[in-house]
Amino acid sequence: MSRISSDSLKARLLRTPLRRNILGALIGLVIVIAVLESVGPFRQGQFATMAYLGIAVGGLTVLTGLNGQLSLGHGAFMAVGAYTTALIVHDAPKLLPLPVVMLLSMLATVVVGAVVGLAAARLHGPYIAGATLALAVAVPGIASFFGDTFGGEQGLSVAQPTVPAWFADAVYFLTAHDVSSSKYLAYLGWFGLIVTFVLLGNLSASRMGRTWRAVRDDAVAAEIAGINVGRARVTAFVVSAACAGLAGSVMVMVVRLAAPSGFTLTLSLSLLTAVVLGGLGSLVGALIGAALLTFLPQTITGLGLSVGLSDLQSAQLAPFAYGLTLVLVILLAPAGLVGTIRDAWHRRRSPDAPAIHHELHPKQETMQ
Amino acid sequence: MKSWTKRMTPIVGLVTVGALVTACGAGGRPSGGGDAAAVSAPETGITETSVTIGATFPLTGVAAPGYSEIPTGTQAYFDYVNAAGGVHGRQIDYIVRDDGYNPTTTSQVTNEFVFKDGVFAMLSALGTPTHRAVVDFLNGEKVPDLLVASGSRQWGDDPEAKPYTFGWQPDYEIEGKIIGQWVAENMPDAKVGLFLQDDDLGEDSERGLRPYIEDQIVEVQRYTSGNTDVAPQITALEAAGADLVLGFNVPSYTALSQLAAMKLNYDPQWFYANIGSDPALIGSLLSNFSKGAVAATNPLDGALTTEYMPGVDATDNAWVKLWQKVWDEHGEAGELTNYRIFGMSAAYTFVQALQAAGENPTREGIVDALEKMGGAAANPSLAPYRYSVDSHLGISGMRIVEINDGASDPLTPVLVTDLGDSPIEEDGSAADDGPPASGIPESAG
Repeated sequence: MSRISSDSLKARLLRTPLRRNILGALIGLVIVIAVLESVGPFRQGQFATMAYLGIAVGGLTVLTGLNGQLSLGHGAFMAVGAYTTALIVHDAPKLLPLPVVMLLSMLATVVVGAVVGLAAARLHGPYIAGATLALAVAVPGIASFFGDTFGGEQGLSVAQPTVPAWFADAVYFLTAHDVSSSKYLAYLGWFGLIVTFVLLGNLSASRMGRTWRAVRDDAVAAEIAGINVGRARVTAFVVSAACAGLAGSVMVMVVRLAAPSGFTLTLSLSLLTAVVLGGLGSLVGALIGAALLTFLPQTITGLGLSVGLSDLQSAQLAPFAYGLTLVLVILLAPAGLVGTIRDAWHRRRSPDAPAIHHELHPKQETMQ
Repeated sequence: MKSWTKRMTPIVGLVTVGALVTACGAGGRPSGGGDAAAVSAPETGITETSVTIGATFPLTGVAAPGYSEIPTGTQAYFDYVNAAGGVHGRQIDYIVRDDGYNPTTTSQVTNEFVFKDGVFAMLSALGTPTHRAVVDFLNGEKVPDLLVASGSRQWGDDPEAKPYTFGWQPDYEIEGKIIGQWVAENMPDAKVGLFLQDDDLGEDSERGLRPYIEDQIVEVQRYTSGNTDVAPQITALEAAGADLVLGFNVPSYTALSQLAAMKLNYDPQWFYANIGSDPALIGSLLSNFSKGAVAATNPLDGALTTEYMPGVDATDNAWVKLWQKVWDEHGEAGELTNYRIFGMSAAYTFVQALQAAGENPTREGIVDALEKMGGAAANPSLAPYRYSVDSHLGISGMRIVEINDGASDPLTPVLVTDLGDSPIEEDGSAADDGPPASGIPESAG
């Protein structure tokens, strides 16, 4: 009797993607609160960094993994979000609550993303990469050129946000800890990440997600099936850009400065490496990629220093270790960390038909 | 039909979870404030035997050549001081982290310095955009942010807003003033072309220059850092007939402008600001950029520049002798360079301030010590500091020199001034001083 009812409860909780995602989000929320409350301000800062990278990588993995468009310009969309936030906060520091500022930054990026997406939808493969690459190079240049508005090379500085009293009280009510500015940013980033991931998860399980995958797998077949290929590409691009905009908005508050040198091509490329590391199309993979981007260099540098390397050698060790990890993952786990684990899992469950599974699902099929 | 209990299950569950969470948490805040932090806690980053300080530099990436040598000089000088017993018995523990000249990274590693390593102070953090990302944070956390290695005036012109931040090298505005006055007096017929980096380096120096040579300027060209094609700018300068080009640019653009001018057969008198004129670095950059076509020896011969610190070529200078000794004893591989002298000079000034802050230094204490030290202390640069309660700007002046055979021949005495209308005066007081025999500042300050 009790077994049946627990089964039905489980079934009811996991029945639809929305319920599954919300349940996952709630569990995630509890973990986030537990982790952020138990680490010091330095780690809180790192987790805030991981959050904004995670949001951006999540958006990019949807675009690349589910829709098959390769963007080398997501750093530029982060710049749009970042500069929007910086301009609003710079001119009227306490006029709007931060979540509203973040939404506005997202909206600004959506507009830019729609324009670029309309162009990108007409391009294929390497040409999209080329166009977005140009974007990544050009956008920081715009900020330098219109120095009076965007602060030029020096950038626009953003004051540390003040923690709203109700939020501090709520957190104190739950955890008996006060909220510092860096912890508030980490919370803001992770709330943003959880909401984004729930929405992305739903979207990918919805009709729209299926459309994206259909366009990715065979554009001609999708078109014959009645799918508007161009529209699917543009929506995927816009959704992805919106994520990057939100990420940029969080980033500028964490970094406290929006400057062209923070949005170099390296940023766009490192987002892409994170997607590859985690596994195309996987949100869990996006999180793992963001975690590696955030923690690996600092850990490796610290390790280098502790074994007696000079400052310079330790600093050079970090990109080397990251590159090595990337090479190893590509060689040993070509579907990314999450993708490879998932494939291995599927093979174990149905050892007879691994090849068929792959043919039916040429790329990562579900969002995690 | 579903039973009543079944329908209530989720609600009961939710209420239970809510109650549980609330019970686990703290509920409201306790009434009555706790004590403030303990009064006699030792200062962050200071122990009985050590002082920990941090610095951010571009050790990797495009800005690394040259700049990455600065911390090796600083480290060598601290090793020298530590070998002699440290400051008030404390060894100086100097940690350098790479920011790749990316403000995002600067922000992350500075968090690490403040929250994880618990440094007493930051020393000589390099770069204008990079340091802007952390200056408010450091002041908010009350971390002394000493001798910022950037010529922007924002590090010292408003001590009320940034009480813990101190500048170091002469700001670009006074460099512009000193160069402007010299050109007006010594080359009144020159047609001046300006070649400016399009940020505070170009802006501040132009503001300093204009009042003196407004009528002489025939063309102003700006470049954006990162765009390596400067042929259009140099062509425009040539077309305007400029026979004296004042360059306020970083070293790589000195090399690029020289290459562009060579291609055009354009041969004006060049005058580069101090930041872009290190002959050794320009030589290697030129030969590098031109793939060996331009010889690395003495590329800037005949060019004018400024100097606020004796360089490696001044082998007779008492300070340079000290730096050479320190580098021979404690330096890593490689020669003593002007960048390493820059790092050692900042290290010397930090030791001076730490000595003056007393037996039990505090963060406020070292800020006070620098403000009181002002221009009086013997210092490794040519001109006195401007540190006071009202100004945290650094070295107050420089002299104009001509580069010959990679060495600099002074054309003027040391000229000192300050922001705005303050007059330009000769002041040799700091140029002739030398270090104490021990090579370590004495605590009498």
